[in-house]
Parts: sequence; C-alpha cells; structure tokens
Amino acid sequence: MNIVVCVKYVPDATADRRFEDDGTVDREDVDGLLSELDEYAVEQALQIREHLEDGDGGDDVVVTALCVGPEEASDAVRKALQMGADNGVHVVDDAIAGSDAPATSLVLAEAVRKLGADSGRSLVVCGMASTDGGMGVVPAMVSERLGIPGVTLGTQITVEADTVRIRRDGETSADTVEGTLPAVLSVTDQSGEARYPSFKGIMAAKKKPVETWSLADLGIDAERVGATAAWSVVEATSARPPRTAGHVVTDEDGSGAEALVGFLASKKFV
Amino acid sequence: MPEVLVLVDLVDDGGARKVGKPALELLTIARRLGEPSAVVVGPPDADVAETLKRYGAARIYTVPDTDVSGYLVAPKAELLAQLVDRAGQEGGPAAVLLPSTGEGKEIAGRLAVKTGSGLITDAVDVTRDDDGTPMTTQSVFAGNFTVRAKVTRGTPVIAVKPNSATPEEAWAEGVVEEFTVTVPDAAKGARITASQPRQSSGRPELTEAAIVVSGGRGTGGDFEPVERFADQLGAAVGASRAAVDAGWYPHSCQVGQTGKTVSPQLYVAGGISGAIQHRAGMQTSKTIVAVNKDPEAPVFDLVDFGVVGDLHTVLPAATEQISARRHHAG
Repeated sequence: MNIVVCVKYVPDATADRRFEDDGTVDREDVDGLLSELDEYAVEQALQIREHLEDGDGGDDVVVTALCVGPEEASDAVRKALQMGADNGVHVVDDAIAGSDAPATSLVLAEAVRKLGADSGRSLVVCGMASTDGGMGVVPAMVSERLGIPGVTLGTQITVEADTVRIRRDGETSADTVEGTLPAVLSVTDQSGEARYPSFKGIMAAKKKPVETWSLADLGIDAERVGATAAWSVVEATSARPPRTAGHVVTDEDGSGAEALVGFLASKKFV
Repeated sequence: MPEVLVLVDLVDDGGARKVGKPALELLTIARRLGEPSAVVVGPPDADVAETLKRYGAARIYTVPDTDVSGYLVAPKAELLAQLVDRAGQEGGPAAVLLPSTGEGKEIAGRLAVKTGSGLITDAVDVTRDDDGTPMTTQSVFAGNFTVRAKVTRGTPVIAVKPNSATPEEAWAEGVVEEFTVTVPDAAKGARITASQPRQSSGRPELTEAAIVVSGGRGTGGDFEPVERFADQLGAAVGASRAAVDAGWYPHSCQVGQTGKTVSPQLYVAGGISGAIQHRAGMQTSKTIVAVNKDPEAPVFDLVDFGVVGDLHTVLPAATEQISARRHHAG
C-alpha cells in the first residue's frame, strides 16, 4: 500500500511573523519548520502502516513524505523521515514561489499522480490546515483535482481493506464518514499526539532516499503556478497599530470583581 | 444587478429548521455586491423562506437533498458550480459567499477548482471597489496584520467568518425556485454512514456569540465559575488548548490556532496565560478582559481590562454582583 503524506514547511508560529513590501510572507527573519498540524498527518500515516503491517495479511506499506517548497523546506521532509516515513519527495522550483492554494494543490496533485498514489490501494494524508496560511482548503482541492474521495477533518481514523473510515466533528453533528481507496484523508490535532523522532529514527533518516523534482518533472507549465498565476491577489497589508495598554488591577479583598463589573458596565455589557 | 449566491446553513431549532445568524450576515454582505440568491439544501420550508426574504434574498433556490446530504462536501460544491454555470449564461454571479467554517471552506476550495475561480477564506469584511469587484479584509498572523485582497480570476468564492456583519433586514421578493442538481458518482466518494447531532449546551454557538468566556489551565479543571459567569452574561464558553488537552473541556470548544477562531464583542479569558496559539484564536475580539493569578501572564499585554487574581473568587463574585444589578434594575 502506498501512503503519501503531505508536509509543509512554515515560518515558526511562535515567532514574530510579518509581510514583505510585495505582500509575500517574510521568510528570511523567521525560522521554518514542519507545520505542527502536519505532524499529526505523519503520525496517522505511521499508525496506519503499523496497524496494517501487524495485521493478518502483513501488508507492505510505504510511507512517502511529499513537500512542495523552497530549498530549505527539505527540513520538513527530513523531520517526517526522522519520525518514520520511508522516503521523501521534495518538489522545488523557483517558479513555485508565491503560489496560491489552487496552484499549490495542482503541484501536490500532479506529484501524487507521479507517485501513482491516485490509484489502487493508496492514501494521501494531509494535516487539516497549515499553520501559516491556515486556509484549510488544500486537502479538499487535491481530492477534487484527483477525482478521488476526500475524507477530511478526521479525529479518529481507521483503515481496513479498501476503506478509510473517520469520525468527523462537524458544526452541528459528529459524523462517521467512509471512503474507498484511493482517497485523500485530512486529520485534525485531535487525531493523536505526534511522536518525537527517536535517536534511532534520526540516524536512520540520514540514509533514507529523498528525490527532488522540478515542475518539468511533473509536466506542469511554469505559467500555471507562482505569484503571477495566482487567482487572487493581496492588494495591501497593514500592521495593526500596537494596542494601547489596558488597565490592570490587582484583586484585594474582592475589589477585583467590583472593578471588573464596573468596567463591563462602562462598556454596556451588563 | 448581478446575482450573488449565498450558501445558507440551516440550524436545528428544537426540531424545526432555522436560518442561522451567519447566513443572515452573508445575505447582508451580499447586498453590497449585488442581488442575493439564497441556496438552501432540503425541502422548501415557509418559515425559512420568510426569514430569507426578510433579509434580502431576491431569489431562493431550494435543492432536493437526495444525493447531497449523505455525502461529505463534494455534492454541495457540485451544486454551487452548476448554479454558477447556469448564471454564467447571463454574465455570471458577482460572487459566491459561504460561511468560513470547516465545511464551508472545503466547499469553497472544491468550487474554486471546479470553476477555475480564485478563493478567499476567513474574510472578516467584504466591500465593493470602484469597478464592482469584491474586496475582502482578513486578519492574519494572530491578528497582527490586516490583509486586503481580491479575486482576479473567475467568480470570486469568498468564505466569510461569522460575526463579520450585523444582519440588517431588507425585504426582497424571494422568488422560490427548485433547482435539481445532478451529482456525479465522483462527488459521492465520502459517504456519511452515521450522524449524531451535537448535544446542545443551551449556550450560544462559540463562533457566533457576541460574548465568549473561556477557561484555561488556571481553572484547575473546575469550569463552574467560568460557566456561571458566561450564563450570567448570555455568553458562549470556550477553552484553551491546555484545558482541552487535560480533558477538562471538549475540543469543540477550543479557542486557538488549532481550534476555533472567535471574534466577539467581548472576550473574557479566565486562567489563560495567553500563549501565541490561543492569541491566534481570539485576538480580533473587540474588547478583551482577563483574570489570571500570574501578573506576568502574556495575556495582560492584550487586555483592555485585567484583574490579577484567582478566577475562583473573582468570577463568582462578579457573577453575583451582575445578578444583583440586574435584579435591582429589573
């Protein structure tokens, strides 16, 4: 069985992120890393492999970490390999810089196709969203492009025979959703804590193969991706003016509650 | 006036179907861009139609839910794509507006691919620029930046966050038309095999509430003071990731980067330190109040008003005082 897990390299969310003058995200001054939400995707891919390989059939499962991003994004692939993925594919091409979600999903979909994971008993696993763009649309778009089921926002995941089954906590209901493989699966941060790479895993990762592909390898015309091909455009970005310091009181003998209620009343909340 | 398609989410109101507040906000926003057409999945319902008319729906498409419900996301995207195509014969809709929820965003993503259109999610405002193009505002990077953007290709597909507009009444004709969607097998790949309605807490929905009161590590697992204070204010209850990870509160109530983003009129953080992940989920709240024992907690950098103190004493006392005020006034 083929499992492709999509991993994104993002600026550290705990750092001070900002925009460049051209409306792109400043990636120079902030360290990058594997998007935290994609760690859950790697974890689920590994758990599915462990479950299937322990099963009666003794399935042969290959987990491939797929990343689209600049040179330094290979860090995200390496982290996935250290966690336990078997091999990596890094799609890197200058033309990709500044791609929007539709273009990103195009590159991912074509890479999945080249890996043969859009057919047969295959699964594409994604995190629910990136921690930078945070749109949460790419897994659905990849599924749409490949024309295979999108079993998304899973909190509990099982794979048996040709079926992937999830629990999905929707806005108004908790649903059980099933799809037949091949399928795109996306998982939330409730799907299970991601493992830390072990020393053994870190050492083993050094020997695992990582292929580098360009757009040409995927048969994608460079004009279909990048900032100039984007289907939406950022017109302006502005930093929020620093908040004026609020009023902070210390509670002494019940004075805190009184001051709090006074504040809420002054703002007409009570 | 060009048509603006609005996907209407219906909510269960004690067995009856009701138009949710986010849909009324979308209709209000749609009127700035053109003539709103409401898209409702399910059988026609007089009360639902009446509400949609009252909030400005010039047209109401009702769609039989065979082949739509029962599957995840894809059939709804198919339905909207077919409506966009049909309108395309008359110049195309000015935009498609959807709620920026997990499902709404996925529908938007699929619709964008199907129709070759640009999409914008998590918009907190939508206006119309001089040549009629919808212009969106988003708040990103934990609310530290505001981004103005627009779609440059196809039919703008825009997912709008709840609480981004105040619903305004504006009667419109609301011509009801049944639209039958043809759902191809490819869109039936993700089957919903069981569905359990969410148990209602009886409190407002977190993402829609005007006031949100959240509890964190500082509750020590006891959410009662947070809940009682919330109920006194008619507020929704949220929780920090620390509280959710500890199993003290359900994940559906988590506010933060990996939970829900809220943007209420008033946000009260009880026993929450204010880690960046939490800030990402609440920083665009209009007024922020925090109660925390630790005077060094980063949350105090965000507040309009803060109390350094134990939420277990401050919140119950405040609850009592508000109750007394109301009683006195009433």
